[in-house]
Amino acid sequence: MTEELKNNNEILLSIRGLEVNFHTYRGIIQAVRSVSFDIKKGETLALVGESGCGKSVTAHAINQLIPMPPGKIDKGEIFFEGKDLLKLSEKEIRAYRGDKISMIFQEPMTSLNPVFKIGKQIADVFMTHHKISKKEAWDRAVRLLELVKIPSPASRANSYPHQLSGGMRQRAMIAMALASPEPGLMIADEPTTALDVTIQAQILRLLAELKAEIEMSVLLITHDMGVVAETADRVVVMYAGRKVEEAEVHDLFEHPGHPYTLGLLNSLPSNEKYKGQTRLEAITGQVPDLLTIGLWCPFENRCKYAKDICRKEFPEKTEVEPGHSIWCHQVGKLD
Amino acid sequence: MSEQLLDTESIEPIEKEPGRFREALHQLKKNKGAIAGLIIIAIFLFIAVFAPVIAPHDPLSQNIELRKSAPFTEGFLLGSDDLGRDLLSRIIYGGRISMIIGVVSVGIALVFGILIGVISGYYGGWLDKIIMRLIDIMLAFPYVLLTIVIVAMLGPSLTNAMIAIGISQIPRYVRMVRASVLAEKEADYVVAERSLGASNFELMFRSILPNCLAPISVQASLGVGEAILSSAALSFLGLGAQPPTPEWGLMIASSREFITSAWWIVTFPGIATLLAVLGFNLFGDGLRDMLDPKLRD
Repeated sequence: MTEELKNNNEILLSIRGLEVNFHTYRGIIQAVRSVSFDIKKGETLALVGESGCGKSVTAHAINQLIPMPPGKIDKGEIFFEGKDLLKLSEKEIRAYRGDKISMIFQEPMTSLNPVFKIGKQIADVFMTHHKISKKEAWDRAVRLLELVKIPSPASRANSYPHQLSGGMRQRAMIAMALASPEPGLMIADEPTTALDVTIQAQILRLLAELKAEIEMSVLLITHDMGVVAETADRVVVMYAGRKVEEAEVHDLFEHPGHPYTLGLLNSLPSNEKYKGQTRLEAITGQVPDLLTIGLWCPFENRCKYAKDICRKEFPEKTEVEPGHSIWCHQVGKLD
Repeated sequence: MSEQLLDTESIEPIEKEPGRFREALHQLKKNKGAIAGLIIIAIFLFIAVFAPVIAPHDPLSQNIELRKSAPFTEGFLLGSDDLGRDLLSRIIYGGRISMIIGVVSVGIALVFGILIGVISGYYGGWLDKIIMRLIDIMLAFPYVLLTIVIVAMLGPSLTNAMIAIGISQIPRYVRMVRASVLAEKEADYVVAERSLGASNFELMFRSILPNCLAPISVQASLGVGEAILSSAALSFLGLGAQPPTPEWGLMIASSREFITSAWWIVTFPGIATLLAVLGFNLFGDGLRDMLDPKLRD
């Protein structure tokens, strides 16, 4: 496996059989269960699912930001440029954080340190990873602010976070995440969730433009199918810690194969079938408790296609066409 | 496309923000108590620095013939003590000692308090438990008693009094810093900075600590006043400064028997102590109001 990955120059990041559990007083919470996927160089992969489905935990496992304890990566391998990140020491992984793997967060309002100027915060990231002078780091910070299209970047660098609007702060966050010579992987953890819709579009467009400009791959974590349609190349759908479907973005929207994906798409307000209708369709039922979840298909209790087999075991992968895989016992039997 | 982006954002006005110093000054102006405190502190600091220039006499030179002179007699503005030393000069030099005591002992308490508090709050776990139980033990002793015990172990002297006061003040800083760090370390910006490659040390002292400085600076200001008071108390008990050092507490102690015959010898050092402590307390209280965002405009 390792050899194969090393020789494959196309793939930047490869997650294999990742299992993350939280060992709490109440028991073991199985947050991520045998999730595998690859991200190619220059690709945007969207990780989709509802709150608590393990998408953020998966992303945080990559650069090991999961609070340990109680969190624990019990199984799996995460290869980045052919190196298993999970085998690295804290000091070694730190060299990756912010250099080759950087992150932007959901809450631009609180993700910047309130007591420092944003220019200084960006310059600090440079100085963590490179031996350069304060002056040079500051100049680079200003150039980054310009890159993320903050008007009059030289004077904005002297602003404190509370002096910026939400959209501006998210731009500053993105600038911080770009503070490496060539970011290999940018993990965007719900980058637009806290922003209003117009700013959302601007930020997504900015990310797309930056991706074209800088050679980088993006792991986009979101629960917003609209965002997925707009930005992603490929999509991995997660549900209750399991990967349930993976497809190219067009395939997913045109031929969704998993009942859960189908439900997600059906509940989009922009769906054609809602023309003239006022009520939205929701997926009934509730997400199973990750503490007591069994080994069978986690969606079984909310799935209208569920049969006996669904309550017995987790389905094998079915590849309906190249690059489009579904983990469901009822593939092809929906409607 | 990008032109349009710029246009929409540039609507937002980029006002010139007033500098931090100007803003602090503005907040200060609204707070009369803090200004009074600051003025008192400034006067005492000035006196402490320029003591040799201001003092009319040598604080140590005795003149037995002119002993216990009343204020405004024999060229003594505030009178003389039982050995004929000029009271005003002794109080001025005493101010110097009190300021040093205040700053040094609070400095000791701050350095150790912050260091231990940040580590305890940041790492948590068994290390935190051990540290907090030790702090609980220190807090179980009354403050003055703890100070006296430490001085008694080190031996009575001014330096040891400063060390003792400093050590006795450590627990309050540890607890306060730990509490602030506990609240701050879960903040999103800490995770964000960790994700960008910051080490534990950088996170503790460069990201989190600056966000905890507001309560610390208030406590430090109040602590200086208390340290001055404690050192006066220790000297009064004979455990601090030793004669003939012109220390306020010592001056009060050595002249208390004359309170009926020569009231000024014991009164003026007392007033000086009161004013200095009042100054630091007023400033500390004002600082707390200034740093509280809810009380700002």
